[in-house]
Amino acid sequence: MPVVKADLQACQGYANCVVGATDYFDLDDDGIVVLLKTEVPEADRSRVTEAARSCPVSALVVEN
Amino acid sequence: MNTTTVIVGSSIGGVRAAQSLRLEGYEGEIILVGEDPELPYDKPPLSKSVLAGKAEESSIRLLTREQAEDAGIQLLLGHAATGIDVAGNLLQLQDHEPVRFDHLVIATGASARPSPWGQRPGIHVLRSLDDARKLRTNLLKGGTLAVIGAGFIGAEAAATARSLGLEVTVIDPLPIPMSRIFNPEIGHWFGDLHRNNGVTTIFGTGVESIDGEQGSFTLRLTNGANVEAATVLVGIGAVPNDAWLGASGLLVDNGVVLDEYCRAVDAPHIYGVGDVARWRHEKHGEDIRIEHWTNAVEQAACVAYNITHPQSPRAYTPVEYVWSDQHDWKIQVVGRVGGNAEHIIIGHPELHGRFAALYTTDGVNLRGAAIVNWPKALLACRRGMGTGVTIQELREKLEPLLDPQPLAAS
Repeated sequence: MPVVKADLQACQGYANCVVGATDYFDLDDDGIVVLLKTEVPEADRSRVTEAARSCPVSALVVEN
Repeated sequence: MNTTTVIVGSSIGGVRAAQSLRLEGYEGEIILVGEDPELPYDKPPLSKSVLAGKAEESSIRLLTREQAEDAGIQLLLGHAATGIDVAGNLLQLQDHEPVRFDHLVIATGASARPSPWGQRPGIHVLRSLDDARKLRTNLLKGGTLAVIGAGFIGAEAAATARSLGLEVTVIDPLPIPMSRIFNPEIGHWFGDLHRNNGVTTIFGTGVESIDGEQGSFTLRLTNGANVEAATVLVGIGAVPNDAWLGASGLLVDNGVVLDEYCRAVDAPHIYGVGDVARWRHEKHGEDIRIEHWTNAVEQAACVAYNITHPQSPRAYTPVEYVWSDQHDWKIQVVGRVGGNAEHIIIGHPELHGRFAALYTTDGVNLRGAAIVNWPKALLACRRGMGTGVTIQELREKLEPLLDPQPLAAS
């Protein structure tokens, strides 16, 4: 199953991912991304990939 | 399925449209056309990490040749689009034969508004990678940088130049910087931000002319004063790249005019994305054009969906979002701000190091927010814009976060 991965060093807290897929992404108190789940079922792949690609600093990737 | 989608414009909107088409399962041909001969690159870092020399050019690539090949995206770079034969489904290109399309995505972006004070070496704009290279080369020679325009690009470049150790003077005809976007109180704080970081600010004064040459310019101001500078950056906004559509017959009015599904109003197989697109925003009830990175990304995804789901297209109704990094401020703007909108401000830059300005038109509901250095507030506002939060609810949520009380000993 595809998995979503986060580069916590790169994250700048823009929150585009949270807006794109609020059931997969959140921000902690410092504004760093929190992955609420990492496995991405096929039905969610398009939506979660779009949310990951909306990161302005490419901190997120969905891998097969 | 032997259809072809041609995307004109190889910046963020065009690249994302191509990638999103594949994500939506589009099996036809995709041709990505770009005037810029460079491989597609991301623009927000140009005024920040690239100008500062902190980011390699390779780190801002949006698409490598291998990635394009893997995704089945044909690259046709270095050719400007010159026109569209709408009835014949042909895109006309400079120094290339016309390209046939079934669907066309117009994503030609915007250009920096050119300097009205002459264009010669040492007078820069900042929009492309090549612009950033040229400006950086001149900044590294040292001397004073004069920035005309205290908007996002000018302010970011000014901050970057300070970080490189240059003397910087920012000039803007507005008496209060950023007051086209925000209310005056916040605008004053932006002025303080620049001055606290060693930038000389001259506000409420225009530039009459620029005399001299690279290395020794004299800017003559409308108040009679002169400013000496080695290098000049002109950051006075952008204009949509829509002139090439002039003979196409498509409706163009400060951008290509689109319906709520981002289709050209007079040619539903032609779409628009990003800075060049003026579309019908159903929730705002008006045609709008947005020059922000996030809008290009979201609009590209919507257009890709609409091309692949012609029976059930989605209206594009985003909540606006833009960010800017200036000195030690991370500025984030959600929804619609400023103007005559009533607002409340939570926090203060000097007392708390962060603040959020919440705007409302009806006195109750959140219409937009400007947030500095406060991720929790940003998230609350971005989520709240979708769920219809009131500014009072946000105030009650955010104010206690400003001065966290130490945990009571028990």
